Amino acid sequence: MARIGVFVCHCGENIGRTVDCARVANELRDLPGVAHSVDYKYMCSDPGQSIVKQAIREKNLDGVIVAACSPHMHEKTFRRAVASEGLNPFLAEMANIREHCSWIHEDREKATDKAIEVCRSIVEKVKHNVPLETIRIPVTKRALVIGAGIAGIQAALDIADGGVEVVVVEKDPSIGGHMSQLSETFPTLDCSQCILTPRMVELYQHPNVKLITYAEVEEVSGYIGNFKVKIRQKARSVDADKCNGCGACAKACPNKKVPSEFDTGLGTRTAIYVPFPQAVPNIPVIDRAACALFRGRAKGLKKEACAKCREACSREAIDYDQQDTFIMQDIGAIVVATGYQLYSIGKDQPAGLTGYGEYGYGTIPDVIDGMQFERLASASGPTGGRIVRPSDGKEPKRIVFLQCIGSRDPAKGIEYCSKICCMYVAKHTMLYKHKVHDGQATVFYMDIRAAGKGYEEFTRRAIEEDGARYIRGRVSRLYRDGEVIKVQAFDTLSGEPILMDADMVVLATAMRPQPGIQLLAQTLSASYDQHGFFNEAHPKLRPVETNTAGIFLAGACQSPRDIPDSVAMASATAAKVLGMFSKDQLEREPTVARVDVSLCAGCFHCERVCPYGAITHLEIRDRKGNLVKVVADVNPGVCQGCGTCQATCPSKSVELSGFTDEQIYAAINALVL
Amino acid sequence: MRIGYYPGCSLHATSREFDESLRATAVALDVELAEIDDWSCCGATSGHATSHLLSVALPARNLALAEEQGMQEVLAPCAACYNRLASASHSLREDAGLEIKIKEILARPFANTVRVRNVMELYRSLIPQITEKSAGRLKGMKVACYYGCLLVRPPGVLAFDDAEQPTSMDEICRATGATSVDWNLKVECCGGAFSLSRTASVIRLGRAILEDARKAGAEALIVACPMCHSNLDFRQSAMTQSGETPMPVLFLSELVGMGLGLSARDMGMKRHFVNTGPIEKRATETAAQVAAEAAAKAAKAAETAAKATAQAGTAPAGKGVA
Amino acid sequence: MAETSNGAFEPKVTAFVCNWCTYTGADLAGTSRLQMSPNVRIIRLPCTGRIDPLFIVKAFERGADGVIVSGCHPADCHYTSGNYHARRRFALFLELAGFMGIDPKRITFSWVSASEGGKWRDVVNDTVTRVRELGPFTAYRELAGKP
Repeated sequence: MARIGVFVCHCGENIGRTVDCARVANELRDLPGVAHSVDYKYMCSDPGQSIVKQAIREKNLDGVIVAACSPHMHEKTFRRAVASEGLNPFLAEMANIREHCSWIHEDREKATDKAIEVCRSIVEKVKHNVPLETIRIPVTKRALVIGAGIAGIQAALDIADGGVEVVVVEKDPSIGGHMSQLSETFPTLDCSQCILTPRMVELYQHPNVKLITYAEVEEVSGYIGNFKVKIRQKARSVDADKCNGCGACAKACPNKKVPSEFDTGLGTRTAIYVPFPQAVPNIPVIDRAACALFRGRAKGLKKEACAKCREACSREAIDYDQQDTFIMQDIGAIVVATGYQLYSIGKDQPAGLTGYGEYGYGTIPDVIDGMQFERLASASGPTGGRIVRPSDGKEPKRIVFLQCIGSRDPAKGIEYCSKICCMYVAKHTMLYKHKVHDGQATVFYMDIRAAGKGYEEFTRRAIEEDGARYIRGRVSRLYRDGEVIKVQAFDTLSGEPILMDADMVVLATAMRPQPGIQLLAQTLSASYDQHGFFNEAHPKLRPVETNTAGIFLAGACQSPRDIPDSVAMASATAAKVLGMFSKDQLEREPTVARVDVSLCAGCFHCERVCPYGAITHLEIRDRKGNLVKVVADVNPGVCQGCGTCQATCPSKSVELSGFTDEQIYAAINALVL
Repeated sequence: MRIGYYPGCSLHATSREFDESLRATAVALDVELAEIDDWSCCGATSGHATSHLLSVALPARNLALAEEQGMQEVLAPCAACYNRLASASHSLREDAGLEIKIKEILARPFANTVRVRNVMELYRSLIPQITEKSAGRLKGMKVACYYGCLLVRPPGVLAFDDAEQPTSMDEICRATGATSVDWNLKVECCGGAFSLSRTASVIRLGRAILEDARKAGAEALIVACPMCHSNLDFRQSAMTQSGETPMPVLFLSELVGMGLGLSARDMGMKRHFVNTGPIEKRATETAAQVAAEAAAKAAKAAETAAKATAQAGTAPAGKGVA
Repeated sequence: MAETSNGAFEPKVTAFVCNWCTYTGADLAGTSRLQMSPNVRIIRLPCTGRIDPLFIVKAFERGADGVIVSGCHPADCHYTSGNYHARRRFALFLELAGFMGIDPKRITFSWVSASEGGKWRDVVNDTVTRVRELGPFTAYRELAGKP
């Protein structure tokens, strides 16, 4: 006969007001198998927990029910208390009589009846609970960081400084991400490259860091502590070991007219190129789509159309026949830091976004986006830091900035706020004023969102000291009138339509997740939201974790983030990873499936429905070593405990610990009579 | 090709030339326009300003009739009619409650299966035929395509072209050989139904449109909306300053008709307020020039062929001609 | 089936819900103090994928008048795809329910996310109202020869 203790909590007035807790305790006391039943004002308080502990000791209990709030609230609390008395924590369960009873009903009698029934059902379930042991799994102490923008660099450095190996995978030829393209950063106006490039070099030289650039994560299998990652090293067409970064190849390349991605199309590069002078590693890549040799090969030319770079290279580092290679790595934890892309304002849009035809981006040359302005303002940019019109190279005397292009505009497909635009537009107006002293910057805004340390002061400075004119309202249309851009807008504060002239217009476009991020999320079995940003495990309490154990998030892959946020997140992920790696074995809840090999017929339906690939094949052999049968087996490290296998199993030979058929049927039987 | 036809009130009154030209081009392009029998008002202007229910019920009646008469598609040339019919069909698809109400009001079977098309959609589907039959007759003529506000909006409902940078009318014009100029105000408002109540605004808006089209070098403004046409044509004298050349405002169907070589008289172009004589003359000129060029080309081709044949006499047989 | 003191029929409804979405959504309904019918008893499972159709049959056999099955919205499953398996399983089961003497109207399948406390209340109230109209489920009792 079971010896179960029932502890009914009043939760102050929260439960006591609508549920007669004393009656609940009394009625349950008479239930077979219940050895002890009491009620108390606050069960989760220290004295409350003591009541539970004392009863376990004195009444020699072998099961505990706490009838109180949701198990999501306090199941862990009470299981810890129970464990401290030497009772297996999985013999304790909670009956939810607060969220699911006292708070949603007014009729005291009906609520009390319901509470009794809910408790009775849990009592019957607990009678079938068995002690479960925490599962321990080994952990590979090597982290993977995907993406080497500022977030990835910071996360990798923090982890590496903690004494752990880090593999960093970057899809572009150089690390640095978007931050390397910026001119100055808000709210301090210090030069972006000046603060970033030392970090890039540090990462490159760190003894604990293995940096793989121009590469992508192809496959991820395994589970927390034990991931196997397949990385595709794209063919650079340059032997990285031989190359010394002298740059002779790029000088020799005849195709100098390729639009530079780094300069957002405002500048050009060669077909064999290093994205920017401070690139890390300083090893060029051949853009095969732009290279005459590869274009010739694609056309089937027998003779090499060009080999100027190979001729120029004194170290024989150019390898036209290089192929993509694959690198396998054992990894314990993964940090995703894939960052963002800007909303494309042109006409071609992914499904669900409609673009901004009315702003003529792409047809009016002097309508540019925020990143292009950064490149114009940057000392390392195509104009050497002179702010000029792309159309005629003249200095714009009237510049207009449009905020919220793509953001906060459900009609165009995105309803969220991109968070950084208010600040970078304020920064742009200041950079502009510092370079074009007689120029006038005008900003069209919806709201100014300057929440952050020193941010509000920064925008005020833009307005008060640098004379930026802020007009609250949307621009409905931009069009050309000779050399001038006409800005047709509406001032929502004065209620007046506006038609003004501008020499240049900058669109502060929204932040969107990187293209292909859904595919990566699927590879990682992590979830993403309707916009494609990664989902965090909890928006407040677990902001840098995903719901997939061992996978963490840093920076703008989770939502629009500025640099300080991204860096803070990156350090947080590093703390999580290092914390995880501080143990030799990981512990996890034992609510996993187990197979009864004597019953299993080896149909492997379970294998087909398992979302995690946790089912493996186990060969059963007799003493002589003859194969008797092949059955299913569950890898407890991979199993997440959904129980889909159990509901699918025709012979009921797989069971989910903690939610066995026995337990559930007992609970059903107790509910309705 | 057979398509249901909903002319609406405008095409029987102020914009008869739209109706006539459209029918004329339809004949030339082998399209049969089957007018919906017993059609009624679409609910534009006063209808939809009075009651939302009415603004859906009126078009629904016409769509139900079209369905009854076995039509899969209905052409609504007037932009306002098109907008009303398409919007109503869209609302009925989206709102099950509304659908039940409307079915009660209609008291006739209605499955909302008819697709509503406008003139641009029709012509766009016929671009190969237009290109072939016009043979570039209007080559060199510069026109500004003016879409106005209703034809491509709201984007969620009328999703056949980009709402802010539409191009379908430009493509159609190019099929006749004409050049569609790149200009700014192709989707600006002309003042619409305020022509009578707030004439000054309409004149201000219309002037901006005409000026921008003129600046872009357009010889004519092409529209596909009776409202735009009446504003820009009928009120153009007030929008034009002395010394400026008037800008003919043509319905898209009239331009296509000119491209197909139809006579202006058959298309009712005499009803315009701005004299269309110069543009008709211009069309004759371009046609003559295109014909002359074609003739010259043909002559040259014949000459080359003759030369080739002459050479073929000396060269091994069969090789020279190829 | 239960009767109140005044003899009116009070349906008993058993709800099988997943731990991550609907159970949490029901918690939210509680914290938001959304009042709802007290006729529903919740059985918490990790995932709708764990819910065996036999649980439903068992509930009816034991005297339930209605059953709710609810989990994460498609694509939101905490376990990636458990709810898809559940969806197929219950689409099939609904076909079978009639054959087993259970009016499919007694069974509610729904997706209630962790943020949809209000939707949970509606699911509960709608199901109870519907089952109340259908009256007590007696088919299995009659089979067993019980009154």
